Amino acid sequence: MSPVSGSGGKLALDPVLVARARELARRAGQPVVELARGHTTVSVERAVLRLAGVSGADPDGIPWVNRLVDAVVAEVGLTHGVAAPVFDALARELGAPVPAGADVGVALTLLAQKAAAGSVRFEVPAGRAARSARAAARRAVGVGLRRIDRRRAERDRLVRRHGDPAQRPWIYLIVATGDIYEDIPQAQAAARAGADVIAVIRSTGQSLLDYVPEGATREGFAGTYATQENFRLMRAALDDSSKELGRYVRLTNYASGLCMPEMAVLAGLERLDMMLNDSMYGILFRDINPVRTFVDQRFSRQVHARAGIVINTGEDNYLTTADAVDEAHTVTVSQLLNEYFAHEAGLPDAQLGLGHAFEIDPDLPESFRLELAHALLARELFPDAPLKWMPPTRHMTGDVFRGNLLDGFFNLVGTMTGQGILLVGMMTEAVVTPWLSDRDIALQNVRYVLGAAGGLHEDFVPAPGGFIQRRATTVLGEAVTLLERIVDGGLLPAIADGTFGITRRPADRGRGLDGVAVHADDYYNPATELLEAGS
Amino acid sequence: MSAGRTTGRRGAEAPGVDVGGGPVVRPYGDATGDGMVQVSFTLPVPHDKRAEGAALQLAAKMGLEPAMLVHARQMGDGFTFFVVYGRVNHLVDLAAVRVVERDYPLLSAKEVNALVRRRLRRKLSVVGACIGTDAHTVGIDAILNVKGIAGEKGLEYYRELRVTNLGAQVSVPDLVAAARAERADAVLVSQVVTQRDAHLHNTREMSAAFREAMPAGRRPLLVVGGPRFDELMAGELGVDRIFGRGTTPGEVASYLVHRLVAGAPVARADRERSTGRATVEVDG
Repeated sequence: MSPVSGSGGKLALDPVLVARARELARRAGQPVVELARGHTTVSVERAVLRLAGVSGADPDGIPWVNRLVDAVVAEVGLTHGVAAPVFDALARELGAPVPAGADVGVALTLLAQKAAAGSVRFEVPAGRAARSARAAARRAVGVGLRRIDRRRAERDRLVRRHGDPAQRPWIYLIVATGDIYEDIPQAQAAARAGADVIAVIRSTGQSLLDYVPEGATREGFAGTYATQENFRLMRAALDDSSKELGRYVRLTNYASGLCMPEMAVLAGLERLDMMLNDSMYGILFRDINPVRTFVDQRFSRQVHARAGIVINTGEDNYLTTADAVDEAHTVTVSQLLNEYFAHEAGLPDAQLGLGHAFEIDPDLPESFRLELAHALLARELFPDAPLKWMPPTRHMTGDVFRGNLLDGFFNLVGTMTGQGILLVGMMTEAVVTPWLSDRDIALQNVRYVLGAAGGLHEDFVPAPGGFIQRRATTVLGEAVTLLERIVDGGLLPAIADGTFGITRRPADRGRGLDGVAVHADDYYNPATELLEAGS
Repeated sequence: MSAGRTTGRRGAEAPGVDVGGGPVVRPYGDATGDGMVQVSFTLPVPHDKRAEGAALQLAAKMGLEPAMLVHARQMGDGFTFFVVYGRVNHLVDLAAVRVVERDYPLLSAKEVNALVRRRLRRKLSVVGACIGTDAHTVGIDAILNVKGIAGEKGLEYYRELRVTNLGAQVSVPDLVAAARAERADAVLVSQVVTQRDAHLHNTREMSAAFREAMPAGRRPLLVVGGPRFDELMAGELGVDRIFGRGTTPGEVASYLVHRLVAGAPVARADRERSTGRATVEVDG
């Protein structure tokens, strides 16, 4: 991380303006947090059941958690939460108090199978039955959370044993064949070639599936399905690579889309290290209902906080649909909102991979200086966050030679502004999924720049009152103005009006709305309770 | 670069030699007719003498004679990347080249609006979407959003066009329903993801659905676009037009007007000679 010298840092930002921006983000985000606290979703409830130990899928590939939640919802609705009705039914099925330990998961999965066949009756327990159902649910979910805790401790141990990458930024590389057994050797080859973080891109459209596929998968479109088994296989392979290479190789996947909370739980259980997890990406780019997203978002971030997973936010996406200069301040606004939501959910700065990207039209005069100003603004606003710096995509034209040069300048901005995570740009972006040679050339590019200019951020101090300082101040000012507007009108109306990334997304529309419910007075969620208690 | 260099051959041959039917050209390195090309590729072998020989053998089979191996670099355990320069002995017969040339006049936004207003006397309805699982709206947005692309405004900017952008991952039945509800004159579909020929499957599914849902005279003009389409495949995919990489909103607007409006009866006395057909209709 680059230390910020003096009160205003390298950009001489007005500390009053910075504090005002944070305060406005808090005020914009708070009503949404309140909304999230008062609602649940089918995916949050399924995540609770996964923590309690329900696993596997029916012969059609529909997970038992989906079957169980659907059965409960059909009888008593979603509004009470499924934990109490499920553990109440389990006690009645067993004819005895629910046992503790690993057997609970087996018993629950059996219950799900019976429920799917229609032979279990669910009700909302009251009085003593409610108290004992809640206690049993809390015990079972506690077992799941302790498994996540053990995986976190295991990561800490492995990082101590193998070590972190020698340099910052960490080199982040994407693998995406569709076949997990093809991904594994590619990921291991990438790690050998210098990648510190491997991201396995998901199959196109997975974010719109309202269930998590099961098992090892060999078929995907432009990516590989995220499943618990695929997570396990890849993590085990990269553990081998970590040992071989003497540095801990991190694994990334996606906690986004309709199953965001479940993805977070599975990532925690299988010791993934980073998850893409943006507060608004699903709304803007996948047309997922805003309320569904914010509720799922908060729960998933609480799980990530517990699991020690670094989240990666998706501000780069705004710049792929909107102009990277005119709309630069929307990135800052989104980063501030993401920071607020993350802190509220218990994530410390060290787990905040706030995103931004090198997407300014290279034909624009001074485009490189503008990129430097924007990247440094993010660095100085969030000095303790491992920022994620993302490569050009929009102005990659298929001219691979020019693309490689552009990626070199992208890498240079990354190292000059002390970015934490650098997603390796491919000169074949927009042409093909990266070939072996594309990846090798791209990594040579990164290694050259980091090797030749890795310490340049020490010397790079923009001229006082010069172009870069002025530009950063302008963007921050525009961000504050936009935040004021959002605070006045409300975040949800702002999203509905197309404030971010041009797309308009009203709160009463979008996918997954039918899986959202307001909490009843007796709503009970043992996972939220335990996560918020921090025990 | 050797921009200032001239050779005796240039004057004699430029821009190409005429052989029988039409002009014939060769690749151009730094002199007319030198036939020089540069290629790069990977072979699944470790880097050694044999690997370099293998690369030269491949180059020779590709028609590079003589070939010059200028770079070889091992990647991982068992792969080597090569860059080869060489002279190809192939000729390109320009007379035998088949492409879709623009067969409609390129109009300004003002001209498009004027034509629609005068001849159609209502707004021209355009419905756009990314279909299937494709979530990459960059193509359809570049054509439709006011923002446009490369400084050219998108179709939303045209006053006489009514644009409905359904966004990403729209199902074919939803697209047909939206086209019906909006009384679409044209449907624009963008497809970026091409894994396992998804763009071709999706396009065929889409055109079949429109054929099934609407009688020939009532169907909207079907237009697809994306970087990996072959513009010659329109007939095979059952659509009216395919636009490839680098298409601008102005080209699309001009095409729509040419096909849908240019031939419509002129409403006022300033009747011009009509060049197209008189009704809104669709081929096949």
